[in-house]
Amino acid sequence: MDIIVCIKRVPNLAEAEIEIAKDGRRLVADDLDWDVNEWDDFAIEAAVRLKEAHGGTVTAITVGDEEAEEALRRALAMGADAAIHVRDELLAGADPWLTAVALQRAIHGHPFDLVLCGAIASDGASGHVGGMLAALLGVPCVALATGLEVRGRTALVRHEVEGGLEREVEMALPGLVTAQSGLNEPRYVSIRGIRKVADMEIAVKTAADLGLAGKAMECRVRLEGLSLPPAGKGAEILGGDVDTAVATLVARLHEKGGL
Amino acid sequence: MGAALLLIRAAGPASGRSLGLPGPLLHGILLGAALAAFAWILARRVAVLRKGAADPRLDRIAERLRNLLVIGFGQSRQPRYPVAGILHILIFAGFLVLLLRSLTLLGEGFVAGFALPGLGGPAGEVYAAIKDWTALVVLACCAAAAWRRLVVRPARYHDRFAVRSHGGEAYVILGLIATLMVADAVYEGSALAAAGERTWGLPLASAAARALDGLSPGLLRRAGTAAFWLHNLALCFFGCYLPVSKHFHVLSALPNVFLAKLPPHGRIKPPRHGTKPGAAAEEIGVRRLADFTWKHLLDFFSCTDCGRCSDVCPAYATGTPLSPRMISIKCRDEAYAANPVFGRPPAGERPALVGAIVTDAELWACTTCRACEDVCPVTIEYVDKIVDMRRHLVDEGRVPATMQKALASIEKRGNPYGKLGKKRGEWVADATGAECGVRVLARGGAADLCYFTDSATAYDPRLQAIGRAFGRLLATAGADCGTLGPDEVDSGHEARRVGEEGLFEVLRERNTAALGERPVGRIVTNDPHAMNALAHDYEGLETPVAHHSEVLAELLAAGRLTPGAIADGRTYTFHDPCYLGRHNGVYDAPRQVLAAIPGLRMVEMAAARNRSFCCGGGSLYLFHEGEAERRMGEVRLDMAAAAGAQVVVTACPFCLINFEDAIKTTGRAETMEVIDLAELLLRAVTNGKEEPRPA
Amino acid sequence: MRRILVVADCVGPGLDDSCWELLTAARTLAGAGGRVAAAVLGHGVGALASELAGGYDEVFAFDDPRLVDPDGEGDALALEPLIARGGFAAILLPHTNRGIDLAPGLSVLAGVPLLADCLALAWDGDALAGTRTVYGGKVHARVVAAAGVKGAMATVRGGAFPAAAHGAAGGAVKAEALPAGFAPRRHAIRTVAPAPGDVDISQAELLVAVGRGIEDEENLGIVRELAAALGAELCCSRPVVDKGWLPKSRQVGTSGVTVRPRVYVAVGISGSFQHIGGIKGSPYLVAINKDAAAPIFGVADVGIVGDLFEVVPALEAAVRKAKS
Repeated sequence: MDIIVCIKRVPNLAEAEIEIAKDGRRLVADDLDWDVNEWDDFAIEAAVRLKEAHGGTVTAITVGDEEAEEALRRALAMGADAAIHVRDELLAGADPWLTAVALQRAIHGHPFDLVLCGAIASDGASGHVGGMLAALLGVPCVALATGLEVRGRTALVRHEVEGGLEREVEMALPGLVTAQSGLNEPRYVSIRGIRKVADMEIAVKTAADLGLAGKAMECRVRLEGLSLPPAGKGAEILGGDVDTAVATLVARLHEKGGL
Repeated sequence: MGAALLLIRAAGPASGRSLGLPGPLLHGILLGAALAAFAWILARRVAVLRKGAADPRLDRIAERLRNLLVIGFGQSRQPRYPVAGILHILIFAGFLVLLLRSLTLLGEGFVAGFALPGLGGPAGEVYAAIKDWTALVVLACCAAAAWRRLVVRPARYHDRFAVRSHGGEAYVILGLIATLMVADAVYEGSALAAAGERTWGLPLASAAARALDGLSPGLLRRAGTAAFWLHNLALCFFGCYLPVSKHFHVLSALPNVFLAKLPPHGRIKPPRHGTKPGAAAEEIGVRRLADFTWKHLLDFFSCTDCGRCSDVCPAYATGTPLSPRMISIKCRDEAYAANPVFGRPPAGERPALVGAIVTDAELWACTTCRACEDVCPVTIEYVDKIVDMRRHLVDEGRVPATMQKALASIEKRGNPYGKLGKKRGEWVADATGAECGVRVLARGGAADLCYFTDSATAYDPRLQAIGRAFGRLLATAGADCGTLGPDEVDSGHEARRVGEEGLFEVLRERNTAALGERPVGRIVTNDPHAMNALAHDYEGLETPVAHHSEVLAELLAAGRLTPGAIADGRTYTFHDPCYLGRHNGVYDAPRQVLAAIPGLRMVEMAAARNRSFCCGGGSLYLFHEGEAERRMGEVRLDMAAAAGAQVVVTACPFCLINFEDAIKTTGRAETMEVIDLAELLLRAVTNGKEEPRPA
Repeated sequence: MRRILVVADCVGPGLDDSCWELLTAARTLAGAGGRVAAAVLGHGVGALASELAGGYDEVFAFDDPRLVDPDGEGDALALEPLIARGGFAAILLPHTNRGIDLAPGLSVLAGVPLLADCLALAWDGDALAGTRTVYGGKVHARVVAAAGVKGAMATVRGGAFPAAAHGAAGGAVKAEALPAGFAPRRHAIRTVAPAPGDVDISQAELLVAVGRGIEDEENLGIVRELAAALGAELCCSRPVVDKGWLPKSRQVGTSGVTVRPRVYVAVGISGSFQHIGGIKGSPYLVAINKDAAAPIFGVADVGIVGDLFEVVPALEAAVRKAKS
């Protein structure tokens, strides 16, 4: 079976000091290190395992800047057979909709049985690209998969649903599945593994190559600006006797959605 | 006595006929067949070795000969297990003595009264007496060994992962050895009986003569002939049986010892011998049997299943899936099964060596502490093999998730904690901003000493205190010390030992470049793992590397540090870190430091120095825990407590963290303390006003 | 004065709390004189529709055996015609698993912009504007939907709006039929609850973590009670697992599970490097510890310095009282 995996390179913000660029729409990138979005790792692993079990090909696609090639190299090292890099400055601020459109155009002409996406990206965190892409491709979609099997022309997907439950769904192929964390245990990508795929060719597509121009390049959601939440230093120690402190804490938990 | 013995020299079969054939002819047929079978079997075994990867083992001949004499013929590793060890030494020594007799009896098959060169005449008489007494001792040893296996049944012999026992082979061998001696005794005894002789010079033969007393001369002669044939048949069978049993070691152990890995033990085997570091290879590590080096395959042949390795293995002791001996046993079984002595190799695919025969969990359970290698009487290597198999797992992406996290953080940020690289030098100042005296060296900055902290000491708040304590001691002694700060990245020691060779190479290049940009006289580190990496893994790095215990011992010896007394009523013990001790042989420097502190009451644990028991910190174990019943750190604290110590002094950041955890989990917070050597010395030097440590 | 549609989420036989939280959001967006509508999909949803009518001005009830299981594709196919003709200025969905499954596809079918996981919503002229968190909650973003004739969709984070009061009756319930040619390509086979004890704390929104300070296995009960009161999963630091008091699957840390909760209550945990390393995504971190110098207070948002054996039962009681 032929599988397309859509992935994204995202910054790792753990421990990093976050600074917002002057235009208010980006982070200052000096201190950031980047990696494949964690959920996309599950998607790649699922794709490669399906290929190992059923044969076929895995093609990884990303929409991103020059550096995003790193993500594709990792996918190749994990076992993808080919990669497509949609790279255009005009797509730099793409919202989930425009990203999905670009992916759909890039996939066009590549017959597929299954598209896999991460359920969410750790940066933008909308979780919408997969579902939009499925609708654009005209195929069914199951979000938040924690289990995935393919039987003939059907995918058997277990996914997270309301009330902490999981549901098993049968989906006709071709279709799209978004991978929730825990779908599998992604394999390790060694430095040697990356080096081995360093020379594999990656197809680069610009917006123009994909026939994207004019109105087709419009975002549906505009990012107006980023801001830092007000920062505190150390814990606010709640004083008073136990009952007072606990009462304040309950109020705080209420504010933060802990109740 | 001499005359009597010459007289009774038994009339061998050379002078008669057996099975209707002239004795020498029959003997020749027997010996020829045995030699042919032996040669065939050995050739089949050697063919397995020839499939193995390259492994240069013929350098440093003098050291190899010394090993052969001391560990091989000297049996120096045997007495660590007194009963079994002494039995083995006696049987081994006896075996050497009896070997001459067995050769003589082979000769007698052709020439009546045959004697080996130099063993004719009076020398032969003396030898005969020595031989007979030796045989008596060896016979007793065989009985004692059988008794141990049958009745005493030491736990060591029964591995909890063993699928089948090799005990049967042990009895066969003990039985064969006994048969050789008893047959010889009957052979000689028949002559003594015929001559009516008894002599204390030949106790065993005399005893046999006593048993044969009363038989007619003809029967005596036939008994002697039968015993002779029995001996030589047993000998021929013995020789051919060795290479197909666990007792191949009788033949392979001495070569194996001669070919042993020479120090430094901490130097890990390169992925492929004979290729340059960093050279691209499609596949590295051990996936199939033939990916092992020929010497590692010889190791498998040499294992006697004695179980000492697993007996001292901290992973085995704490209930993990690892038993080092089973790696040797299982790999040997597979080598034999895949390469049968007779017939074709079995059809069909063999089970995966790494994954099915040796499981992933087994491989990930090893901390590379090297206790197994240190105890093995025949110098079998384990760490290099395990690392080689892990290299394959890493290539395949089969790495436990927690370890993946740590490796990814090392790759992205230069440390397994995921801390920012630019903060790597911040440990030099404590929470109040007070600096310890170690300077962060800019590019081009020179210093006498360059302190390589490695990641644990650089980032873990508890361990940073060790760095500052060491820095303050250096400052007190007037030593000039700098550190790489943000330009340092993880040494890659653990990355390499979990099999991530590519990542290690990247880290080595970065650190080598950072060190190359700063003229420094000597590198010092408190982390034995970093020391091992810099000294042995960083090929091409010329700067000498020392452990902080060695530098502190020097400063004390030079009178540049004057510790005050520590007489707090508590008893201290030193825990030897694996990579300081067993891998690098540094046992004395830390003890010299402790001895320099007046009043300090020291006690040694039973398992001290090379017998030290791993804390559980190697191979990124702070980040990965497999299944285990107990923590190694807890077991080690029990040992310290058994020695009567209240304070465990160590000299490795991993040990410190693991023991501090174990103190808490074993409820010893009120009764035990663990402290780094530098912290303790600073306490002494400042008379108790050392830097406060974070909780 | 606008017309707003809310897609109701159901849990089991009842309505999800989000129905009433979104009602608040919808009323605000509708403005004075505006109308708020709810759509409910399922089989035998009459009672739910009536309940919704207690707060919403109108309720579109899609009641059909083919909708018996919530299904992102089927629900989108059902809702699209309603949105096409309804003239809704905004369509709101909860940012729950169901919302995530349904919203993206529906937005494409309906041809409307979609704002994700909003904490706040407002009008920017005729355009729907939202505030949301990005980069693991470390950064806030203000996003604006392109103004279009068909309105805009948004998914809304749970708890972002207070639940609206609702009465017994009021709104009109209209039965909606499925469109002709309704043929979803995915079908539910069965719904399963994760086996008890088989918790995945990495997915938990609320976590109560217990550490060495609990001193004894028998004392775990008070922390369990607190977790139960909060509706949180219980997790722990390494020493508790070492002692065998809780299974390894509940251990948070670099050698255990990495968690990304919204709220993390650390009880009797000193805050070792290894433990904190397992907490990602910047939760609201509450620390309860008797040691004022414990490092946990350096990373927590709010803390109580005190004996956990006093604080935890008091907190549990207060939480239960606040919830009832």
